Amino acid sequence: MSTQTREKLNQRLLINKIFYKLIEFLSFSLLIPLGLILFYIIKNGIAYLNLDFFLNMPAPVGETGGGAFNAIIGSFMIVGLAGLIAIPLGILIGIFLGEFKDHKMNNLTRIAIETLQGIPSIIYGIVAYVWFVLPFGNFSAFSASFALALMMLPMVAKATEETIVMIPYTLKEASYALGANYYTTIIKVILPSCMKGISSGVLIGISRILGETAPLLFTAFGNAFLNFNMGKPMNALPLLIYNYASSPYQEWQQIAWAASLFLIIIVLGLSIIAKNVIK
Amino acid sequence: MIKISNKRKNKLFKSTLKFSGYFTVFLIALFLITLIYNSFLSLSTLSLPFLFGSKWEPNAGNFGAAPFVIGTLLTSLLALLISIPFSLSLSVYIGYFLKNKKRKNMLETLMDLLAGIPSVIYGFWGLMILVPIIISFQTKLGVVPYGVGILAASLILAIMIIPYSVSLGKDVINLVPSDLIEAAIALGATPYEVVKHIAIPYSFSGLFAGHVMAFGRAISETMAVTMVIGNRNFIPKSLMDPANTLASVIANEFGEASDPLYVSSLIELGLILLLITTTVNIIGKFIVKAYHVHTN
Repeated sequence: MSTQTREKLNQRLLINKIFYKLIEFLSFSLLIPLGLILFYIIKNGIAYLNLDFFLNMPAPVGETGGGAFNAIIGSFMIVGLAGLIAIPLGILIGIFLGEFKDHKMNNLTRIAIETLQGIPSIIYGIVAYVWFVLPFGNFSAFSASFALALMMLPMVAKATEETIVMIPYTLKEASYALGANYYTTIIKVILPSCMKGISSGVLIGISRILGETAPLLFTAFGNAFLNFNMGKPMNALPLLIYNYASSPYQEWQQIAWAASLFLIIIVLGLSIIAKNVIK
Repeated sequence: MIKISNKRKNKLFKSTLKFSGYFTVFLIALFLITLIYNSFLSLSTLSLPFLFGSKWEPNAGNFGAAPFVIGTLLTSLLALLISIPFSLSLSVYIGYFLKNKKRKNMLETLMDLLAGIPSVIYGFWGLMILVPIIISFQTKLGVVPYGVGILAASLILAIMIIPYSVSLGKDVINLVPSDLIEAAIALGATPYEVVKHIAIPYSFSGLFAGHVMAFGRAISETMAVTMVIGNRNFIPKSLMDPANTLASVIANEFGEASDPLYVSSLIELGLILLLITTTVNIIGKFIVKAYHVHTN
């Protein structure tokens, strides 16, 4: 090999090495923002994530020891009702999409679900406001549940459809051969074997809507008091974080850090469980 | 008896399934009609000047969408530009280079975690940690130290959208046919040359589509942006300026708007936001379909 070729080769190998190191560095550099976010939330939140946080109501400005009891209850009630609407409806739509491929509405339904998935979260808030807050004359928790249910619907429907088309046709044939009709086949044979896929979709959906704030702004609105009435304004964890984050009072910001830590534990925990349920 | 009731159950079940399809389509149609109907007042009284008007002064009756359209496009484009080196590196690194399962899992978990953090927490963190850093940076530069503004919003958005472009990007790179890659290696190409001349050109449309969809996410993102962009209703003059996006102005003002024209204008901003995101999403999906991008 002449020296010139050797030089050229060395140069190419050097470029290759630099390129590899560069993309390796850029890939792992994203650990820095994640680390910084988790570090500050844990550092600032852990001291206030105590029993007071879970059991006390928000304290008035200037008093310490306030908690987020009403926001925790509110979050679970709003998300719970949203799940009660979105899970059964989403499974039905998923079965329809996966099973009735030749039905004239199938394509349109798929487009509708995909449109729903692409709608910015704040717009759900506007529509829920127009449909439920304006006619009733006051902000309410159930209007928030409705907005969140609409957000969750595509995730459940997609998960159901994707699992149901994976089920081998022989399973269905076996069920028919035993004399089962369509209803029994779907409910007793197909759905149980789809359980893993559907439940992971449901968990991902719930973890998504638990952290959603924008659809709650003009629906659940927030409430400084404890409220179990779904027809009245209700507080929720993301709303509490948003409202307290921009407040100048340190006590409130501390509660917001603790709420962030609590929310991030639940949300990331749920999505990790969901990812491992599939495997 | 039992047989008849079973048959009925069957029929009822099938019609319930079909009904759920009709219901979904009806719901979406109603959803869109609601938005259009409620922005009708603004559409009819303000018409085109609304879209190009550069002033947003609700108290004076001036409603112009331009500051927000420009704010939205600026923040999202800047976020996309910041994110591209990282998302491309991750796509190539995970999709082509990484054979080590542990590292692969680690990076994929990293993506899942970044995608899973609620937007309001990104916003809170940005406001408390990132904004003070930007303020000290701006003081050193000698510009007005707002802290909040387009730069802060774009930085946060860039982190938030990287997982979306990587999730498609790593798949399309992974699916580059191995005979092409092996042929290049047999000709003596270094891994860098394989990536540059084979992997990226072959999967270009997929990578492009992934970034288009990530851009759509950035446009529709609300809370994180609302908290760090500074909420100022003027056309921004520099990237350090506070501004407002379509989503953030709605989040900020919709709750307190009472004048019907004001409310209707805000809903029309929502309609514009929906049109932009839908167009961007359709372009992304079209590329995926038209170029037969294969994904898992």
